[in-house]
Amino acid sequence: MATASDGGFNIAPMDQFVVQPLFSDGPLGMFTVSNATLWMALAVVCTVLLLVVGSRGRAVIPSRAQSVAELAYGFVYKMVEDVTGKDAVRYFPYIMTLFMFILMANMLALIPTSFSPTSHIAVTAVLALAVFIGVTVLGFVKNGASFLSLFWVSSAPLALRPILAIIELISYFVRPVSHSVRLAGNITAGHAVLKVFAGFAAALGVFSFLPILAITAIYALEVLVAFIQAYVFTILTCVYLKDALHPHH
Amino acid sequence: MATEPTTAVLTPGDAPADATGMPQLNVESFPNQIFWLVLALIAIYFVLSRVALPRIASVLAERQGTITNDIAAAEELKQKAAEAEKAYEKALADARAEANRIAEENKAEMQAEIDAANARAEAEIAEKMEASEARIAEIRDGAMQSVETVAKETAYAVVESLGFDADQGQTDAAVEKQMKGAA
Repeated sequence: MATASDGGFNIAPMDQFVVQPLFSDGPLGMFTVSNATLWMALAVVCTVLLLVVGSRGRAVIPSRAQSVAELAYGFVYKMVEDVTGKDAVRYFPYIMTLFMFILMANMLALIPTSFSPTSHIAVTAVLALAVFIGVTVLGFVKNGASFLSLFWVSSAPLALRPILAIIELISYFVRPVSHSVRLAGNITAGHAVLKVFAGFAAALGVFSFLPILAITAIYALEVLVAFIQAYVFTILTCVYLKDALHPHH
Repeated sequence: MATEPTTAVLTPGDAPADATGMPQLNVESFPNQIFWLVLALIAIYFVLSRVALPRIASVLAERQGTITNDIAAAEELKQKAAEAEKAYEKALADARAEANRIAEENKAEMQAEIDAANARAEAEIAEKMEASEARIAEIRDGAMQSVETVAKETAYAVVESLGFDADQGQTDAAVEKQMKGAA
């Protein structure tokens, strides 16, 4: 993949994803402050800036920052209400947390030379597993054993139900995989492509305007992807939560 | 894709050659990322659930209340404006009727005055005419008298100058007789 040192044309699109200590050359321990730490912390700071500092005025006629904060709030709140139901708004802070973290991490990752936490399967897998485990536990706590009726499609003919139950079970356990790989894959692929085109631009000399145009277009697309992936992750969380709260088809 | 989780991947010094596989699959970086991720999520969750979300919710509720109140107030004002307009129109109609009445009254009064003045003038004219006529009659009588006297004296003088023995009584009677015949 990385064409290592074959004369001038040296593109290393995956270098940007390397996690490394920020202040030392030492090994990367669990608590080492790394570039991942920095960019996650920036995501937290930006979330606080937008939602806390932005809404500081508590104005009836909002400032620009407050409008954006209210927009984000309304966007996720309405999503939870519409997809999951009115009884699920008590889980809204958790879902808002996921949305804001992914959105801010995705957006900040678009700053050149930044690091993208959400491109790492370790991060997205933790996010997806938290949703998966949380939703499954919640399903059993709320519905008891009748949560298993999620896998027993009562509207299908009786003979088909065991087969469907197996399929439903498999698809249920695949959920966290697709949930996490979708996000990490999208972000990784987009950033790698940007880096590859940047390498072309460096190598093509006079014709470098072509890859630069391409980078501009792809960058616009990546801004869209950054938002859409945060949206997709959040709405899927809402869907899974709905299954846990109302498992009967 | 084979991963080579070598220590070389983690040293920042010689950058380009570092990422030989996918850094995402370097298990050695997992504990670090997971630890900081969990910390970040907890931080965001507490900030959101303690400060940001309640605040935004209260602002939105307050705005909703303000809008509802404003709409109600606007409705009330609209009602008041309609009432005021109705009152104004009623006042206008009243004023117009009053103006018509006053004009009518004035007209009648003026007509009465004009009639009275006319009558008065006519009476005066009639009176003056009567006086004039009386005076004319008087003048005419006076004139007749003079004519008679002049006639009698003239007759007497004529008779006397003709050499007749004139008798005043006879000539007077003759003149009177002649004048009656003429008249």
